[in-house]
Amino acid sequence: MSSRFDHFTGTLAPLPIQNVDTDQIIPASYLKVTDRSGLASGLFSRWRYRAGDPDGEEVPDFVLNRREHQEARILLAGDNFGCGSSREHAPWALVGYGFRAVISTSFADIFHSNALKNGLLVVTVTEEVSASLFAAVSADPAAEVTIDLEAQTLRLPDGSETAFEVDPFARRCLLDGTDQLGYLLQQAPAIEAFEAAHPSRLDTRSA
Amino acid sequence: MSRARTLFEKIWRRHLVAGEEPGLPATLFIDLHLVHEVTSPQAFTQLAERGLTVRRPDLTLATMDHSTPTDPSIDGARLRVLDPEGSAQLDQLEANCERYGIPLYAMGDERRGIVHVIGPELGATQPGMTVVCGDSHTSTHGAVGALAFGIGTSEVGHVLATQCLLQHRPKTYEVRVDGRLQEGVVAKDIILAVIARLGIGGGTGHVFEYTGEAIRALDMEGRMTVCNMSIEGGARAGLIAPDDVTFDYLEGRAMAPSGEAWEAALEDWRSLPTDEGAIYDRTTTVDGSSLEPMVTYGTNPGMAIPIAGAIPEDAAVEPEKRASFRKALDYMALEPGQQLEGKPIDVVFVGSCTNSRYSDLAAAAGVLRGRKVADGLRVLVVPGSDAVKRQAERDGLAQVFVEAGAEWREAGCSMCLAMNGDQLAPGQYAVSTSNRNFEGRQGAGGRTFLASPLTAAASAITGRVTDVREVLS
Ligand code: SF4
Repeated sequence: MSSRFDHFTGTLAPLPIQNVDTDQIIPASYLKVTDRSGLASGLFSRWRYRAGDPDGEEVPDFVLNRREHQEARILLAGDNFGCGSSREHAPWALVGYGFRAVISTSFADIFHSNALKNGLLVVTVTEEVSASLFAAVSADPAAEVTIDLEAQTLRLPDGSETAFEVDPFARRCLLDGTDQLGYLLQQAPAIEAFEAAHPSRLDTRSA
Repeated sequence: MSRARTLFEKIWRRHLVAGEEPGLPATLFIDLHLVHEVTSPQAFTQLAERGLTVRRPDLTLATMDHSTPTDPSIDGARLRVLDPEGSAQLDQLEANCERYGIPLYAMGDERRGIVHVIGPELGATQPGMTVVCGDSHTSTHGAVGALAFGIGTSEVGHVLATQCLLQHRPKTYEVRVDGRLQEGVVAKDIILAVIARLGIGGGTGHVFEYTGEAIRALDMEGRMTVCNMSIEGGARAGLIAPDDVTFDYLEGRAMAPSGEAWEAALEDWRSLPTDEGAIYDRTTTVDGSSLEPMVTYGTNPGMAIPIAGAIPEDAAVEPEKRASFRKALDYMALEPGQQLEGKPIDVVFVGSCTNSRYSDLAAAAGVLRGRKVADGLRVLVVPGSDAVKRQAERDGLAQVFVEAGAEWREAGCSMCLAMNGDQLAPGQYAVSTSNRNFEGRQGAGGRTFLASPLTAAASAITGRVTDVREVLS
């Protein structure tokens, strides 16, 4: 499901850790849901709460618990964000918590694809831009950036602008609120033709 | 004459319903869609909400593995009490499969097992296919020469409804492993060494193709171990060209073609390997003969060292990575420069889609035969499928484990992701044959050393991280 997205301005929650895996974003104990509810409270729960349990005490210096970052809607993360498990619960948890975008120097492939399908924008920046953002937010937690998806630009707290790349199809879907499944369903005649031309060797019902 | 192509390119081209165009992804046809209880419920809900149906139940196969109990005394009724949420998820899978006519191997079915163990075991995954599952270790099936990769739950819905996926073409990356492995060095050590070399994001955007003498010399199950952990190197898929080892493995399996269809399939499959002169986007070469048994020390699979080696010193870590390195060592309660060999452990886990097949259990049993598990150590041996379990029981492997003092469990994912109650206690150390040593992966606060089944078995005897070559000599 996609929701419309064009541009917005917001503050950053800095998480200067590399290789944040999806087990950290949302631990396996939250994967027993059959819908998407309840995931926000599990977001980063192992780092966010003592003993990893939302009923327990908060870890005061974890970024999501710091007062100055309560309103942040953009996560500023270290390199290779979202590696590991393919669980789409990770972007569901981030979106459920209120994040609208993640900025990093790189993203793992499956997370990247899952995020864009859920209206969570992934913005890949250079190491210099990333370093300048971490510096800016540590100097002033209220520092704001503006993400403009239409123009594919990121306005930094110092007012300068930097361009970012985004898959053109995913961008169109986000801007128009188009749904990817709908686009696939429209291809039914081509799929039928393909199936007719490529009979399958397999029938999973045969064993 | 057509130009030289890689194995990946050949499979990709064969499955294009619509090619990539400027601004548009390709539409790729999927030959086999594997489904399990954890990543499918929301996809089925999406389908029902939109009034859609499953396009090809005959190309879809479901199993229960992630949250199923491996304690033989827990039946369905007890599970409802012990784990009502997990139990509800299993019920939902059952209802969904029934509604859409998808074959499901539910609890008690002799064909049930970890999704990436049963696919090849049944002969469902075949060379040249496209295979997907809402699970990142779908890369395992690349061992038979199939393009196999993990997808998210939205995409599970796409495949259920259309049997297709929207994809951008990934790049190719040849990982060549030359030479012959030394005694005590196995498939798991190859892949841990490759990931340590390339880094856990090293394969992002790429499909690995493993080539070279050391890969050719592996049996099918060893090849599955290698391809399984491609995702740990950032590559969504890993491929190995099919050869006689592949064909011998597949022939006669329940879902493999037979008779004339087998002959036709063979002819087709022999055309799949990468053509001479084909170009990969990237290439790396590893000297297989210099590899040693590997073990991880940190909180991602790239943080691995030869078992006789030491954890890197701070100075050896790039400055911008030092904070993450320190965070990992803090979590593991280890120091830079420390040796892992000899480190006392609390648990040994032999299992997971990386190392729970018959040959993995046979390797571990070979080390444990006639020996005892160290005092106070908990050792879990969890077969990857019901079929593996039965074969191991018939052949006496199970008895070796039980006599040594290990727990012999029912098939499932178990302590690989600790969703089903099999888990480490906070602070415990485990040598594990699984694939992820992420913080808390095997239980909140648990600390994982990833290693081969040989290393795990050797460590089970001593209760410490142990070089199997010392136990065997
Ligand atoms: S064994 Fe582990 S890695 Fe493999 S499918 Fe199960 S949970 Fe995933």
